[in-house]
Amino acid sequence: MSKTTKGAVSCKPAEVMQRQEQRRITLTLNGRERSGHCEPRELLSDFLRHGLGATGTHVGCEHGVCGACTVRVDGVAARSCLMLAVQAEHRAIDTVEGLAPAEGLGDLQEAFRRHHALQCGFCTAGILMSCADYLERVPEPSEAQVRDMLSGHLCRCTGYTPIVAAVLDVAAIRARARPAAAGVVTEEACDA
Amino acid sequence: MKPSAFDYLRAETTQHALEALARGGEGARVLAGGQSLMAVLNMRLAQPQLLIDISRTAELNTVRVEDAHLVVGAAATQGSVEWRATLADEVPLLAMAFPHISHFQIRNRGTVCGSVAHADPSAELPLVLTALGGEVVLRSARRRRVLPAASFFQGMLMTAREPDELVEAVRFPLRRPGARYGFAEFSARHGDFALVACAATVTDEAIALAVGGVADRPVLETWPRLQSKDLEEAINDFSWKLGAQDDAHISAQYRRHLVRQLGMRVIEEAK
Repeated sequence: MSKTTKGAVSCKPAEVMQRQEQRRITLTLNGRERSGHCEPRELLSDFLRHGLGATGTHVGCEHGVCGACTVRVDGVAARSCLMLAVQAEHRAIDTVEGLAPAEGLGDLQEAFRRHHALQCGFCTAGILMSCADYLERVPEPSEAQVRDMLSGHLCRCTGYTPIVAAVLDVAAIRARARPAAAGVVTEEACDA
Repeated sequence: MKPSAFDYLRAETTQHALEALARGGEGARVLAGGQSLMAVLNMRLAQPQLLIDISRTAELNTVRVEDAHLVVGAAATQGSVEWRATLADEVPLLAMAFPHISHFQIRNRGTVCGSVAHADPSAELPLVLTALGGEVVLRSARRRRVLPAASFFQGMLMTAREPDELVEAVRFPLRRPGARYGFAEFSARHGDFALVACAATVTDEAIALAVGGVADRPVLETWPRLQSKDLEEAINDFSWKLGAQDDAHISAQYRRHLVRQLGMRVIEEAK
């Protein structure tokens, strides 16, 4: 992995990759450059789990319905079962393993634990990745917006109510951590 | 399940994709966002010999206003159109329909052109394109042609696209002055394919109603500004004309009922 430099990893993308061909691809997984071999037909979800050993991403329905395999592709929440591993070449992929700091849990994970927003945990990794993307775009969502975003995930344990509560809680906590910046804007607006 | 084996090509340019399509013929499929195609491949409902990936073809990843149309390129995601700040002014019906299209996570990667090319009779984007009288730009190595939505959609998952053609862009007419719009759909769960979806355009002169999920393609009907009783009768006639069928989800009778109810609702909303 450390011997290859980015860009010189594989044959040119302009060439056809044959069906049995194993191509070495490099991507950035949770901030670290990682490489592995894959055939064209290999799904990103399988490549993450089997090729890179990142088993935090779960595989449920394999046709995009259940949401368990959701990861972030260049920051954007997407199904890893509806994407080929070769398509992730040179892209930044973030999975649940990247949410936690070196010690302890990330704020989303902490809130899910506090609110009992998971039971079996199968759906949780995907839900967390959707929430991570969504809260960056919509930092203070309404309950209806959170429920709409969560409609892309199936959870058979919780009934969703504690998940909604956890997401709203994280949004509120993050909002409270931002008052300084908001205050400055208000003051400027008042002065003007 | 996993897809069966195929060759894979990442197209650098449109020309590159078109040449590969011309060579690949019927065995080649274009992969854009993959939110319909990858599911079909995983379930092995299709087993193409060659996938031509245009998801990173920069010149196809465009959304722009041109000649009174919002022109969406083949690699532009639904999310990139949905999150456009000016969309509700440009194409209000599109802004109304987006929340009904699957889920946030799917719209992030699914493309507008891909949904149109897939031509599911229940899908919202083909319905909106039909309702507005939009156009599909088809490009091959030999020619470029523009088809109105009404002649592009030819049946369940069937279109006028030739095997060597790429849906290069779709063109949604911008909001017409004085026109008002309405959109509603009924599905088993939020984000599922519509059992019936309706889109209305109302102007001072005319009422246009497009219906998806009933016939084998979206269908548009236009009337003058009828009085309420006459309009109810006209929509009832339309609901029969669509040739609803019983299926595993709901009966033909219930589909006609939904056309009458949702049809009136979206027209009222647009008035």
